[in-house]
Amino acid sequence: MISYGHHRYPGRLFVVEGTDGSGKSTQLSLLYQWLKSEGYSVFFSEWNSSPLVKDTTKRAKKRRLFTPTTFSLLHATDFADRTERDIIPPLKAGAIVLADRYIYTAFARDVARGCDRAWVREVYKFAVKPTVAFFFRAPLDVAIDRIASARPQLKYYEAGLDMDWADNEEASFKIFQGKILDEYDHMVNEFGLTVIDGNQPIRTQQRQMREIVSRYLKEKLKEKAVLAK
Amino acid sequence: MRQMKFYGTALSGVEIEPYPGKLIVIEGTDGVGRSTQVSLLRTWMESAGYAVLDTGMTRSVLAGRGIKDARAGHILGRLTMQLYYATDFADRLENQILPALRAGFVVLTDRYIYSAIARGVVRGADPEWIRAIYGIALVPDAVFYLRLRSAEELAGRVLASGRGFDYWESGMDMGLGDDYYDSFIAYQKLLLKEFDRMSGEYGFEVIDASRPVKRVASGLRRSIAKVIEDEPARETAGAPTEARKADLREKAKTG
Repeated sequence: MISYGHHRYPGRLFVVEGTDGSGKSTQLSLLYQWLKSEGYSVFFSEWNSSPLVKDTTKRAKKRRLFTPTTFSLLHATDFADRTERDIIPPLKAGAIVLADRYIYTAFARDVARGCDRAWVREVYKFAVKPTVAFFFRAPLDVAIDRIASARPQLKYYEAGLDMDWADNEEASFKIFQGKILDEYDHMVNEFGLTVIDGNQPIRTQQRQMREIVSRYLKEKLKEKAVLAK
Repeated sequence: MRQMKFYGTALSGVEIEPYPGKLIVIEGTDGVGRSTQVSLLRTWMESAGYAVLDTGMTRSVLAGRGIKDARAGHILGRLTMQLYYATDFADRLENQILPALRAGFVVLTDRYIYSAIARGVVRGADPEWIRAIYGIALVPDAVFYLRLRSAEELAGRVLASGRGFDYWESGMDMGLGDDYYDSFIAYQKLLLKEFDRMSGEYGFEVIDASRPVKRVASGLRRSIAKVIEDEPARETAGAPTEARKADLREKAKTG
């Protein structure tokens, strides 16, 4: 098993992270369009998307079977399947992989739910270290407003209702998102996350993102040129 | 009552407190007769008045079905398989094993974390990684390792049972042999080696499983009677009284 930070693949892995409503998915799909139009082979990998685990997760959410530990482990299972199937093979083939949420989502959520910080990191040790991990940081009230306007009702686990932090879902959601944001802030230095101010206009954020991504693409082209010689 | 002890990082949200039950593990590779022994033990204990919960891998409400489906499709990657099993284990630990132990049951488990560790390690997973994940596991009161000396002997058992070789039990995902038999032998050899390695680390009590079923069973009963008796009598519901223990001792001799 190759552990975090030790994979050596010719491809590039860019991930976006942030609380719900931080605008990260919008930014990632804009990045995707741009890279495609530039002629790169790009693969997209989303959180919670393993076909092997999907039914189990769905059923568990519906029947409320999760504890913080099993919530963490089943999401890690899902992520492992994505890693083995959707992330490592294209990276080996030299493609660009874009991931909407990555291990830092699990670190933030699971620790907010009370899982041990070191244990969760150990569970995900097999993950490929991203080329760049963008953290879209939006103030809590902005993110909450965006979520509230987009979705009429919060889901049970999404609102952290399993934790008995508050009686009503809105209050619970705010507490949960606050804890998640604290965890992200701790991770900026720990993992060298690239912070993008999610309060800026969408185009400004995208420009910053493309500028950073392009640095790694140039490097990649250089590598190819060397190989060709 | 024994204090709860975990191998590593304790389960999140679990109150660490003494528990009146007993956690007894029956381990061993495929085909050694674990499930036969578990069912004999269960009958024996229940007839002596002990409340028994039996559990085993992939029997969780949460992940059991998902694992079976994924295994059937032969589409499980190695890391994914490890974590799916860990999810199954955590669900059973939190929702079956710990509640039963707190209520004074004897929990008999057909395999515990050791099979999962062995399977992962022979497939190249980092041994430290798997051990850290299973740090959430409660240290059992006793682990009995049913051991057969050779993979060939195991193959004979599997054939005698009439169920034939299974894809995963033969390690077909590992490309170790040209056919199920060769692969089974090569894979089970690796597992046996890994179990022997864990034996000292985890304090397995090794039971020679090549003997006839009845003799293995009486050996297990004698050892388990000691584990259960090692406690003073209590008035807890489901816990054994002195009379029940005497009954159990008697049965262990004759049964």
